[in-house]
Amino acid sequence: MSAPLLRLDALTRAFGGLVALNGVSFAVAQGDIVGLIGPNGSGKTTALNLVSGALAPDAGRVLLEGRDVGGLAAHRIARLGIARTFQLVRVLPGMSAGENVLAGLAFGRDAAWGGTAQARVESLLARVGLAGKALVPADALTYIDQKRLELARALALSPRLLLLDEWLAGLNPTELQEGISLIRSLREEGHSILMVEHVMDAIRSLCGRCVVMNAGRVIAEGPPAEVLAEREVIRAYLGDEDA
Amino acid sequence: MSLRAFGLALAALAALALLPWLDTGFWLALGIGIAQYAVLATAWALFSGPTGYVSLASAAFFGIGAYAVAVLGEALPWPVVLLVAAALGVAVSLLVGFATLRLSGVYFVVFTFGLAELIRQLVTWFEVNVTRTIGRYVFLDATQAGIYWQLLALFALLLAAGTWIGRSRLGFALRVIGGDEVVARHVGIDTARAKIALFAVSALFMAVTGAVMAPRWTYIDPAIAFNPVISFQVLIMALLGGAHRLLGPLLGVVPLTLLFELLNAHFPNHASILLGAVFMLVVYAVPRGVIGLLPLLRRRAVA
Repeated sequence: MSAPLLRLDALTRAFGGLVALNGVSFAVAQGDIVGLIGPNGSGKTTALNLVSGALAPDAGRVLLEGRDVGGLAAHRIARLGIARTFQLVRVLPGMSAGENVLAGLAFGRDAAWGGTAQARVESLLARVGLAGKALVPADALTYIDQKRLELARALALSPRLLLLDEWLAGLNPTELQEGISLIRSLREEGHSILMVEHVMDAIRSLCGRCVVMNAGRVIAEGPPAEVLAEREVIRAYLGDEDA
Repeated sequence: MSLRAFGLALAALAALALLPWLDTGFWLALGIGIAQYAVLATAWALFSGPTGYVSLASAAFFGIGAYAVAVLGEALPWPVVLLVAAALGVAVSLLVGFATLRLSGVYFVVFTFGLAELIRQLVTWFEVNVTRTIGRYVFLDATQAGIYWQLLALFALLLAAGTWIGRSRLGFALRVIGGDEVVARHVGIDTARAKIALFAVSALFMAVTGAVMAPRWTYIDPAIAFNPVISFQVLIMALLGGAHRLLGPLLGVVPLTLLFELLNAHFPNHASILLGAVFMLVVYAVPRGVIGLLPLLRRRAVA
């Protein structure tokens, strides 16, 4: 059997005395959407940061198609094909929407610059529903449009794996439906996604599998419907009385 | 800068090159002062503008260039001396870059200032202990007009380099870094390499400026060549003009060179106090520089 697209192997990372990740292992198969869920502070974002290279692991491995990329600089991991969005949306403030997408195109795996890049910027903006907004300053966009823009910038890297850190957080119900269908359409195009998410409707409707973390460990793993019914998962979220 | 603006700037520089035929005294000396700081402040802003990394190492690179001339000026042909000065500036900037560009914010500022002082002390130590003389004479038959023209040519080259970088992937990378360094890394930008590359270009122009200016003094010692006031003046001129646009610093260089000239002439004993006051005024009153005020003025004119 060939190696999965991404495999975390006994990944560990501590901040001072706080062990944020303690021997975390799971995998993301090619073409799959995996949801990473768990209470606040359970280590989800830290796991994403170790995969994207924002942080280096203390121990364990991050295997991208069998190659250990754990501890590589973020820009090298980005060029190897892992793109991400951020928990608190991070558009480049002094730049237009088009330039934000160009930032993803100009230095990535399948880099483009000049005329060909402009055409791709337009199509990426259209892809996330921002057609015709290339010249709008990024910080003048609405919140959901900034989220779309961040997604377009990540897609501009032609990623093999897309990391979404609470990409759906803070959207109103209408926007949420739009957001969910946008991510679904990415899956239909064959994108592989690892998403940290608190919106359970999104996890149920999008993810083939989900991984539940609590206090730096994986406590459950499997199809969302089964996993969310598990006793230990309910206890992690709601406490003993409700389990 | 657009190609049209670049063309206009070149035409303006060509017109300014006529100055030595009009006056060879005070005005030419003033022209040299302005041209010198135009190169230094624009080179400073080339790196510090987009990245937001405030460097106080200008005097170090300037002094390295001046000392290259003091040591080699009589031994080698002039163009070779300039090349050596440029190479030394780049070499030191690469060393500093690898050591410091991982620092950010105030740590970077303090380090660059310390570096300039360290180089000054090292040169002083070397001169005292090895050559056994603190100063050096620079006897080169360079005319004032020659120095002025070289500075103008250097400024033209710098504008060309700045225009090219501004349109290149490197310039774009620097803007992304200035916007959000975390994002920059996550879109595949080798942030350290991009910053060091531009820091080196900036240092190259500063070192050559120091080299071109050296023959003007006849006598130099470390306190003159590595004068930290140069770093501060360059910084404040670029900030006053606006460090985000290629021609921005120039808008600060012209009025402040005139002002410092006046201060030195009329209040020689209090010049540095007044200089400090100007610093604070600029930072408080025009944080985005004169060029940052232009859109505001335009809006007001339309309204």
